[in-house]
Amino acid sequence: MCLAIPAEVTKILPDEMAIVSIDGVSKEISVALIEDLAVGDYVIVHVGYALTKIDPDEARRTLELLRELSAEAQGAAS
Amino acid sequence: MKYADEFRDKAIALGLAKTIEAETDPGRPYRFMEFCGGHTHAISRYGLEDLLPKNVRMIHGPGCPVCVLPAGRIDMAIRLAERPDVILCVYGDLMRVPGSQGASLLKAKARGADIRMVYSTIDAVRIAEENAGREIVFFAIGFETTTPPTAVMIRLAEKKQLENFSVFCNHVLTPPAMQNILESPDIRKIGRIEIDGFVGPAHVSTIIGTAPYEFFAEEFGKPVVIAGFEPLDMMQAILMLVRQVNENRHEVENQYSRAVTCGGNLRAKEEVSDIFELRAQFEWRGLGQVPYSGLKLKRTYAKYDAEVRFGMSELRVDDNPACECGAILRGVKKPVDCKLFGTVCTPETPMGSCMVSSEGACAAHWTYGRFRDHQQRRAS
Repeated sequence: MCLAIPAEVTKILPDEMAIVSIDGVSKEISVALIEDLAVGDYVIVHVGYALTKIDPDEARRTLELLRELSAEAQGAAS
Repeated sequence: MKYADEFRDKAIALGLAKTIEAETDPGRPYRFMEFCGGHTHAISRYGLEDLLPKNVRMIHGPGCPVCVLPAGRIDMAIRLAERPDVILCVYGDLMRVPGSQGASLLKAKARGADIRMVYSTIDAVRIAEENAGREIVFFAIGFETTTPPTAVMIRLAEKKQLENFSVFCNHVLTPPAMQNILESPDIRKIGRIEIDGFVGPAHVSTIIGTAPYEFFAEEFGKPVVIAGFEPLDMMQAILMLVRQVNENRHEVENQYSRAVTCGGNLRAKEEVSDIFELRAQFEWRGLGQVPYSGLKLKRTYAKYDAEVRFGMSELRVDDNPACECGAILRGVKKPVDCKLFGTVCTPETPMGSCMVSSEGACAAHWTYGRFRDHQQRRAS
């Protein structure tokens, strides 16, 4: 039920609405719950509403950490 | 970066599995409950249990709002939808959820009730605008994730001065249910619950933040790691829990930092607190009555509250006495330990909460896990 998908904001519309692109598929959603939104931001979309913006720096840091953690056991074994 | 495929990399997942194996102490069990149905589904779908050492066990919690909705609430909605003046708008997941005696919204619709599946609360508002002569009722359900969209819709209905619009509110809260799992009086009947840590909800936490779990970690001495729904998120969260257990820590940690902050989404929280207030208690299928775990509309918004507007009376339906959902939700039993599993209780004819939606523990085991059991039996 709480499933939600990341989508890129491609156009900001009046009345707290926006167009997002999900892998090339466009969808009109509400952005009433988001402050300071800009075209190009990624948001998490759930039942037609953006719940939050995705922080690209944090995402990059998590991916780096995942690679490090993944390599740790191999490093210890060698 | 699209924030999905990057977090599904198989090579990294296998590396993480090795790190988890290297760091777990073979002499002790690690029992972690994932609260969210989204996590349960990810574990089953990506076969993550196969990547974990034998002594790391995932316990599938009650975290699917469709699963935990009591059958009586479905009966109440069906009764309402049978009124000729009413159009009932519902999320698609609800259509097959069983009420009493095999009733469902899908069957009510087939019999002629005007029940419409909507993707978003915005669609429900549009239907209200297009049908001025009818009563439009939105069947609101969901955790903290789905509540803000309902709040925004009520604000919108007020702004548009819609007089034919109301909400049947079934919104529930995550932290009181997590607490209930550990301290409910039923535990004496069910047996001791042994959980060493929790994987905290992903999208619920984008709204409420990490702060509400602090009390929980401290009070019960259990580590909580908030995790995203992708397989790598899950693997990292398990590693973080293993490390907390090994180091005897019980803290709230945030694996899903790309979307979750400490304070959560303030604007969404404000929308919710403007419109809703706590119910003294609310029934959860599989858990029973849980104090302060549900929301209702504030009195100032009573005209949008379908229960008030239509004088809906509470209907109670007892679960099948042979159903083991209460014990399964608390990790004391597994789906295969239940007599009903796979016999009378299947996703086509669910008897208990864990079989109702694809996110429930029994439904996930039916769809993915039982094939693994079969392979193991053949191998041994």
